[in-house]
Amino acid sequence: MKRHDGRKENEMREIKAEVGVVPNANGSAIFKFGDTVAIAAVYGPHPLHPQHLQDPRKGILRCNYDMTSFSVTERKRPGPSRRSQEISKVSEWSLLPVLKLEEFPNTVVDLHIVIIQANASTRCAGINAASLALAQAGVPMTGLVGAVSVGKLDRDIVVDVDKKEEDFDKGEGATDIAMAFTAEGEITLLQLDGKIQEDKMKEALEAGEKACMEIIEIQKKALKSIKK
Amino acid sequence: MTKKIVVPGEKITSDDKFLPGEGTMKQGKDIKALRFGLYEENGRLVKVIPLSGIFMPRRGNVVIGKVMDITFNGWIIDIDAPYQSFLPLSECPRYVNKRDLQDYLDIGDMVVAKISGVKSKGVDLSVLSRGLGKIESGITIRTNSNKVPRIIGKEGSMINLIKKETNTEITVGQNGIIWLKGDNIEDELFAKKAILFVSEKSFVEGLTEKVEEFLKKNKPKKISKK
Amino acid sequence: MDVTNLTKKRIKEYLSEGKRFDGRKPLDYRDIEIETGISKNSEGSARVRLGKTEVIVGVKLDVGEPYTDSPDEGVMITSCELTPLSSERFEYGPPKIEAIELGRLVDRGIRESGFIDWKKLCIKKGEKIWVLFLDIYTINDDGDLLDAACFAALAALFDAKFPKYDEKLEKVVYGEFTTKKLPLSKIVPLTFTFHKIGDEIVLDPTRQEEDSADTRITLSLSKDKDVAINSCQKGGEKDFTKKEMIDILAKAFKKYEESDELIKKLKK
Repeated sequence: MKRHDGRKENEMREIKAEVGVVPNANGSAIFKFGDTVAIAAVYGPHPLHPQHLQDPRKGILRCNYDMTSFSVTERKRPGPSRRSQEISKVSEWSLLPVLKLEEFPNTVVDLHIVIIQANASTRCAGINAASLALAQAGVPMTGLVGAVSVGKLDRDIVVDVDKKEEDFDKGEGATDIAMAFTAEGEITLLQLDGKIQEDKMKEALEAGEKACMEIIEIQKKALKSIKK
Repeated sequence: MTKKIVVPGEKITSDDKFLPGEGTMKQGKDIKALRFGLYEENGRLVKVIPLSGIFMPRRGNVVIGKVMDITFNGWIIDIDAPYQSFLPLSECPRYVNKRDLQDYLDIGDMVVAKISGVKSKGVDLSVLSRGLGKIESGITIRTNSNKVPRIIGKEGSMINLIKKETNTEITVGQNGIIWLKGDNIEDELFAKKAILFVSEKSFVEGLTEKVEEFLKKNKPKKISKK
Repeated sequence: MDVTNLTKKRIKEYLSEGKRFDGRKPLDYRDIEIETGISKNSEGSARVRLGKTEVIVGVKLDVGEPYTDSPDEGVMITSCELTPLSSERFEYGPPKIEAIELGRLVDRGIRESGFIDWKKLCIKKGEKIWVLFLDIYTINDDGDLLDAACFAALAALFDAKFPKYDEKLEKVVYGEFTTKKLPLSKIVPLTFTFHKIGDEIVLDPTRQEEDSADTRITLSLSKDKDVAINSCQKGGEKDFTKKEMIDILAKAFKKYEESDELIKKLKK
C-alpha cells in the first residue's frame, strides 16, 4: 500500500539519537522519529523526600512527561494534563521491567521527558530517549527498551505512525498502537485506540517487535559513539 | 589494551570459565552487561566499570562534601551520592564544642571526610584521621566520579604530574569532588583545566604524554615558585 | 550541588582583579548560539545557548477578544517554565515566583519598547484581535536564564509568521502557515541583567557566579530616535549604591550601542 510520504509498510521515519544533551543531568538524550523530537533527562538515584514515599526494598522511578506549548499546532496550555499524567505513568511502567533498583533502596530516579516538536508517536520517542538517558546515568539495566507506534490503516499494518496517518479515515479508519519491547522480546508498553481483529493484532505485534529491535540497535550505536 | 564499551544487556561472553563480577549479570550461559561502561577482565572475573552515573559510596572512601544542614549533634553533608550523609559530633576531634557546631563547620562549608559506614538510609562520615576536616581555602570542582581512577593514575602518577606542573595541592575525593589549593587562583584554575582534560580524554591511549603536552602548552605566564 | 562558600570566596577574589574563572572579562558574554525553527508546529520558535545554558522559546498565535481599554490592539501573554529537566533546583509543579518573575521580565522588555506594532494585530476593532503567546522553557541551567530567554524570545519573534486565518469562520486554521511575518518595528529591545558579585558588576554569570551574586538589576533598552530604558527591575536581597547604579546605567547604554552584531544574529 502507498503511505502518504512514500514509506514502505515496515519503514520507520528517519531516526536520530544522541546522548548527553543536557549537561546538568546524570544522563540525557534526544530521540527523533522524523519530525517528532523528544528530550529525556535523568537525575539520580538521589535521596527521596518526603520519607513516606521511600521504598525500603528498592529505589523508585518517577517519570514526568510534558509537551511544550508550541510542540503542537494548536497551543497546549503549559502544565500537566490528564493525558500527560497518564503517559508519564505508562512510560514509567515501560522502563521499570529492565531497571534493577534494589541496589538503591529509599532513593528516587527522576526521569523528565519533554516533547519539543510533535508529529505523533511522542510517547514512543520519549521512552526511547529515556532508555538512553537511564543508561548514561549508570542505572543498572538488564537491557535497553525500544518503543514504536504501529498502525492499522483500514486493513494494512504500518510501522511508525505519523499525524496524517493517525487521522486516516478511509475504510476501517486508523487504529493506533503504542508498544515497547525489551531486547528479549518482552512487551513493556501496549496501548491502543481503534478497532482491530485478532489476526491483525498479532501481525501488528510482530511488526512492532521487529521495529523495536532496530531501534535498540540504533540506541546501542548512540551510546557507543558518545563523545566523552 | 583499549577497553571495549558495552551497553546494558549486551552479551560479553558465553565462555563458562568466566565469572560475573560487578556491573554484570549471568543469564543462562551468557554473562551480560548490567550497566553502560567499559568491560574489563580481571583473571576469571568479568566486570563493567561505569563510564558515567552517580557515585556509589563505600566504607573507607575519602570524599569531599558540602554542609547542607546542622542538627543538634552533627552535620548533614551532601556528597553527590544517592544517599545523604551525616557527620556526627562523636566522629570529630575533641576540641569541637557541642554548643558551637556552626563554628567548626557552617552551612555551605566543604569538608574532607572518610566514610565510616553505609546503611540503607544513609552514609556515616568521620573526620577523625589525619588529612580530614574543614577545607579553609582554595576551590572545589565537580568531576565524574567514575573518572577518579584515571585522574589519580597508576600509583598516583597522573595526579602527581598535575600537582607538580601546576604547583597546587590536590585532594581527590572518591566521589568526584576535588579540592585544589594553590598560591594563587591562576594556578588553581590551571590545575582545574588539566583535571578536566584528563576526565574528558579518559579512555584515550597515551594519555600521560598528552597531559604532559597540555601542561606545557597551557602553562600560565606567571607560575609562582614554591 | 550548589556553589560552596569556598568557591564563592575565590570567585569574588578573582573578580576583584577583573577576572573570571572561564577567562572572560566582567561584561563579556559566553559563546552565543542561536537556532530558529525548532518546532515546525509553532508560528515561530528559537533555541539560544549561552555557554552551557540552553533556553527554548515558542510563539503561538490565536485569535481572541481585545481588552476593553485597548479595543484595537493585539495582546501578548508570556509564560515561563523552569523545567526540572534543566536543573535539580527546579521542582515539578505550578510556576513558582522565579519562573513568574522571569516571564514577566521578558514580557515587559518587549512590550514597552514598541518592537511589536500592537495595532497591526487588530482584526476587527472591539471584537477580534490576535493573541500572541510567548512560551519559555529552560533546557539546561548554567546561569543567566533570563538574558538567554530574552534573546530566544527575540529570535522567535523575528522568525514568526502568521498562521492561516479563516475569515468566514473567524478561526485560526491550526497547522497551516502564511509567509506573512509579525508586524515588527525597527526598535529592537535588548535586555541586560547586571549582577553584583562582591564589589564587581558582571553580565552573563554562570550558575556558580549567579549563586555568588548578592543582588541584580535587569534593564531593557531599545533605540527609537535615541537609546532609552523601557523597563527596569532590581532583584535580590542586597542593595546597590548610587554610584554603582550610575555606573551600571553607563555600562548598559554602552552595551546596547555595541550590540549590532548580536541583533543581526537574532534576526538570522
